[in-house]
Amino acid sequence: MSTEPRNQAMAHALNQALRDELDTDPKVLLIGEDIGELGGVFRVTDGLAKDFGPTRVVTSPLGEAGIVGSAIGLAMAGYRPVVEIQFDGFVFPAMNQIVTQLAKYRHRSEGRVSLPVVVRIPVGGGIGAIEHHSESPEAHFAHTPGLRVVCPSTPQEAYSLMRAAIRCEDPVIFLEPKKIYWGKGPVDRSAGAAPREHLDRARVAREGDALTIATYGALTATALGAADELAAEGTEVEVIDLRTIAPLDHETVVASVRRTGRLVIAHEASQSGGIGGELAARVQRDAFFELEAPVLRVTGYDTPYPASRLEEEWLPGLDRLLDACDASLAC
Amino acid sequence: MEPTLDLRAALRDMILARRVDTEAIALQRQGELGLWPSMLGQEAAQVGAGSALRPRDVVFPTYREHAVAWCFGVDPVQLLGLFRGTTMGGWDPAERGFQLYTLVIGAQTLHAVGYAMGIVRDGDVGTGDPDRDRAVLVFLGDGALSEGETNEAFVWAAAQNLPVVFYCQNNQWAISAPFSVQSRVPAAQRASGFGFPGVQVDGNDVAACHAATEQALAQARAGGGPTLIEAVTYRRNPHTTSDDDLRYRDAAENDHWRDLDPVDRLRTALLESGEIDDAFLAEVAAEEQELAERLRTGCRALPVPSHDDPFLHTLHTMTPELARQREEHLALVAAGEEDRA
Repeated sequence: MSTEPRNQAMAHALNQALRDELDTDPKVLLIGEDIGELGGVFRVTDGLAKDFGPTRVVTSPLGEAGIVGSAIGLAMAGYRPVVEIQFDGFVFPAMNQIVTQLAKYRHRSEGRVSLPVVVRIPVGGGIGAIEHHSESPEAHFAHTPGLRVVCPSTPQEAYSLMRAAIRCEDPVIFLEPKKIYWGKGPVDRSAGAAPREHLDRARVAREGDALTIATYGALTATALGAADELAAEGTEVEVIDLRTIAPLDHETVVASVRRTGRLVIAHEASQSGGIGGELAARVQRDAFFELEAPVLRVTGYDTPYPASRLEEEWLPGLDRLLDACDASLAC
Repeated sequence: MEPTLDLRAALRDMILARRVDTEAIALQRQGELGLWPSMLGQEAAQVGAGSALRPRDVVFPTYREHAVAWCFGVDPVQLLGLFRGTTMGGWDPAERGFQLYTLVIGAQTLHAVGYAMGIVRDGDVGTGDPDRDRAVLVFLGDGALSEGETNEAFVWAAAQNLPVVFYCQNNQWAISAPFSVQSRVPAAQRASGFGFPGVQVDGNDVAACHAATEQALAQARAGGGPTLIEAVTYRRNPHTTSDDDLRYRDAAENDHWRDLDPVDRLRTALLESGEIDDAFLAEVAAEEQELAERLRTGCRALPVPSHDDPFLHTLHTMTPELARQREEHLALVAAGEEDRA
């Protein structure tokens, strides 16, 4: 195996992670709509059916409940299924299996039975898609005890976190931001799977002392862009890539806020009942007297995701993020 | 294939499983259980199917398969925990392959399909080795026929020719909805549209239920694919101890099915044929007394889990935030106990 990092798109890094886990563990198998010869609608499973055969890369019937429900049965039989939900908006037919069965079985079996299932879901907007193809459903999963929710922001993170997710004994909802599927970055395969703790821990993507931005997924790059602009004005912003939405690593954010005194939280998902509210509540609980300004949120609005001609302005972008940073810094 | 059912053993199982059911109802009436879903009237359907299983087969039950659990060797005291509020499960599903009861109607049909996919991948189907080949037997009711997940399970099982037998106990009622609400055709007839055989049997005839299940399981283990069995029977009691069935069905209908009672029927037939005598029945009655005593004592002795329990078993490794919540909760509980002391 080459130890030289390769410049790879996130979709290719995910493909490599799946390939490496299929190679490593004969119990790993993939199930999903069109994931065989087609390689999935985003080509994340490209070539895997050819190399691992149709019993390990299973093109499923249409039916998301069937995909997750059969993965649960396979996990009970000792397998480690990685399933693909074709688009974020199509996960809802599988919600019964995810919420009432997958998330609860460890508890129901008093810790005797693990269901190591990974549910891969392309998420988020910004790609000019039609209805139900730009959703950010993470809060539904984060609100369900018994699930882990992961959302990578770079090809390297995608590679390492996917491998860690497949090895994890808990069910993992693995959210893949579509907007950055084809964004490239260095991927070092020799790093292998991320240490399991990475599934519990946020990552400081850029250090700074004036203000903290906490975000995840595709918005991490936007936040780094905002940090660049503010740095040009002499303001050093710390950017935290939450990396795992459940469990939510507020401790890393609190440690940062204790130094910066200011926090802006950004996510594409709608504001109300979102991850930002939960994070803000924990930060004010643990760092109330260190806060110099109210915790601000830059999020999708509390509307259905708009038609794609409106999405550029609707989505939290650089300008809204900079406005929020200015408002926080002005306090 | 000749059916291998020992009718005397089947009668014994049916009588003892019925005693588990009636004893559990009594425990609910005494406040020892919060709820009990009775299977009265379905003993033949369940013992017929349960006695056709081999130890390596896997069962996915609904929440009413008390007699199947009995046949598969699950301690009946463990069935009570879920309804007493001491557990959300009750037994180790890996120990015997009898999975936990499923309360969300139809959800388990897909787990059965997935498990059967695992059996195929393990190579434990169609080898001809009776110690190796396995199949999955999944139970569902007539109400579950209308669930989308059940229909997805039929599609998957058919398309992949999986070693799974769907065993539908059509007990005529899904709480208050009669079978006509769910279907215009007999349940068994549904199977042909999916591409596998459907068999309807008299669900109050234990030999018929056993023969149909044994044949379907043998076919599944041999690689012949799925079967849907419809065992036509009747839920003699209300849906659960909280239900009031006289609001939606006529007592005369129940009287009709009481006359077709599967336990009475088999007992009469075996007495007439001379296969059993009063001494046999007295022996079973003594066993019943012993079982009832064990259930009453066992129920009251079921351990209440520690307040730690939900925190320990949510995730494989507890998260820091959950650890904080756990500490807060345990301190609160300890303070409450001190106050009471």
